[in-house]
Amino acid sequence: MNVETGKAAWRETIPVWRAFEPSPKPETEFEQARVVIVGTGPVGLAMAIDLGQRGHEVIVLGRFDFVPAGSKAICFSKRSLDILDRLGCGEQAVEKGVSWNIGKVFWKDRSDPVYKFDLLPVKNQKMPGFINIQQYHMEDILLDRLKQLPNVQIRWGHEVTALDTSEESAIMSVDCADGAYRIETEWLIACDGNKSSVRDLMGLDFEGRIFEDNFLIADVKMKEDRPSERWFWFDPPFNPGQSVLLHKQPDDVWRIDFQLGWNIDREACIKPENVNPLVRAMLGDDVEFEEEWYSVYTFQCRRMQHFWHGRVIFAGDSAHLVSPFGARGCNGGFADIDNLGWKLDLVLEGKAPFDILESYDSEAIVTADENILNSTRSTDFLTPKSDISRAFRDAVLDLAEDHPFARALVNSGRLSTAISYPDSSLSTADADVWSGGIAPGSPALDAPLDNGWLLEKLGGRFVLLTTTPFADLPSGLDVLDIAQEPANGLLRERYDLQGGGAYLIRPDQYVAARFRQPTGAAIADALARAMGEQA
Amino acid sequence: MSLTLETNLEDPDAIYEKLIAMLESHEPEKALRASARLVLLLINHIGDRKVIDEAIERAALLTEA
Ligand SMILES: Cc1cc2nc3c(=O)[nH]c(=O)nc-3n(C[C@H](O)[C@H](O)[C@H](O)COP(=O)(O)OP(=O)(O)OC[C@H]3O[C@@H](n4cnc5c(N)ncnc54)[C@H](O)[C@@H]3O)c2cc1C
Repeated sequence: MNVETGKAAWRETIPVWRAFEPSPKPETEFEQARVVIVGTGPVGLAMAIDLGQRGHEVIVLGRFDFVPAGSKAICFSKRSLDILDRLGCGEQAVEKGVSWNIGKVFWKDRSDPVYKFDLLPVKNQKMPGFINIQQYHMEDILLDRLKQLPNVQIRWGHEVTALDTSEESAIMSVDCADGAYRIETEWLIACDGNKSSVRDLMGLDFEGRIFEDNFLIADVKMKEDRPSERWFWFDPPFNPGQSVLLHKQPDDVWRIDFQLGWNIDREACIKPENVNPLVRAMLGDDVEFEEEWYSVYTFQCRRMQHFWHGRVIFAGDSAHLVSPFGARGCNGGFADIDNLGWKLDLVLEGKAPFDILESYDSEAIVTADENILNSTRSTDFLTPKSDISRAFRDAVLDLAEDHPFARALVNSGRLSTAISYPDSSLSTADADVWSGGIAPGSPALDAPLDNGWLLEKLGGRFVLLTTTPFADLPSGLDVLDIAQEPANGLLRERYDLQGGGAYLIRPDQYVAARFRQPTGAAIADALARAMGEQA
Repeated sequence: MSLTLETNLEDPDAIYEKLIAMLESHEPEKALRASARLVLLLINHIGDRKVIDEAIERAALLTEA
């Protein structure tokens, strides 16, 4: 950033939702820190809450001194809401957001959907399948939560411009309006987005595919009485040959996403005189609407080969990018910080070896790969790359109306869900026979209890969920005794615990191990493994 | 189960005739889509992932001949 003109230049090109006073330059020219997070996007802020509520001193650097107004992400998954709830702001997000579970896919001018899906097939959980909420509202909610954590310091308008790493630390140069300074930190978490400067400064790779298509976002304000569902059209009369997606957001804002094709004039296509007729054709002549935000985007699916590089750890868009269909971008970033937070906490506390970060690398890559796979498949269905691909796509749609099997092939985006790590090195494989329940490496499923929800009680630490209390447990392991919970029927059913047993659950609420006849020794062993202490 | 490679049809000529007649009843570009529908119907009917994979791989191998 050019220090004289930088602030003004950002604000000229990026619409501002909420501006902050630029943070002053720290008193020392060469500061020492334990953890620095680069980036004040949703992923950096959520990372800061996780480490902050574990009691660590955290510095967050953001080159902007504002929250941007254009909302990129709007759809947040149940898994993200569970994570936010653990971070102390899930209820706020649900309250502000529009909850929805149902998606419908339409084709041409037909009024009945050719395909319908439910994103919360298992009912009776605290959180809904999805909410829609503008990214700036999400960032506001995260910032509100951070106000309760004085050990987290956000520095607005502070940009990382150079970086030097060694085995012991990372030293970065930072520019702000008052001048430049340096910070040496034990750990640097790069949440600096798609065009990550940390990644560039380290000369690291970012490989993948770029898709040749353009999509127009028309966020419009209107009073409409449509259900809060995700509606998707293939080849509708109001955008022939292309697709359209409609989502309801809070504050009477609706997102309409028009597929535009490849050869377009990107500047012209976001001018109101060109967008408004498209919106008008879709909504009809009698609906009044006004522009909230028009923008055009293309997309890519790519990731870094590794997310863990010694003292520098990547999370969110800096590490992986997906096409938006499936809402796997920010949701994938929240999964990263959920996975990383407790591991880095153990390392900072000297309770786990550095190598536990290897499991962040491998588990976050499993997540990224599944997200990239799904969004690549959706994109290939949405924007067929060849005549033959289009013929098959249209054949699926031809069949979908009257042939149930074909509906399963209709791919308008497979929406983000929690991802399992079946081969995690932190898991202990089942030694007993289970019929259902939650396998090691999979996320805990919520269940109602008499006074609250299971996931609320699991919180952010290691917990033994057990049907019988016993004495010789490893120290520091919290116990959730199911027998003490009166209304536990659904819990026992969902965990296949009708016959008794115990689950060891990680601080990110993933199952580490489970036992039909638990013993203190077996649990201690599984706990040690889950804390990265294996040979 | 693996992919059946021996004749499994009672009247192969009649089936072939019917297939071509169906495809030729469409304009050429629509015929592509009709054959896609047919492939999808048959794939779903077979259902067995191993058999389908094997058929896809075999079809790919033979295109070079
Ligand atoms: C059209 C569109 C729709 C989308 N819809 C969804 C959706 O519905 N659901 C979903 O989950 N995801 C969605 N996404 C993806 C989502 O927006 C991103 O995944 C998310 O913003 C990533 O957050 P982040 O914090 O990793 O990065 P960013 O939000 O990009 O934040 C990066 C931050 O780093 C800062 N920064 C960069 N360089 C430096 C530096 N050198 N020094 C200091 N600070 C720096 C930036 O200022 C910024 O604050 C969508 C994306 C697009 C484009």
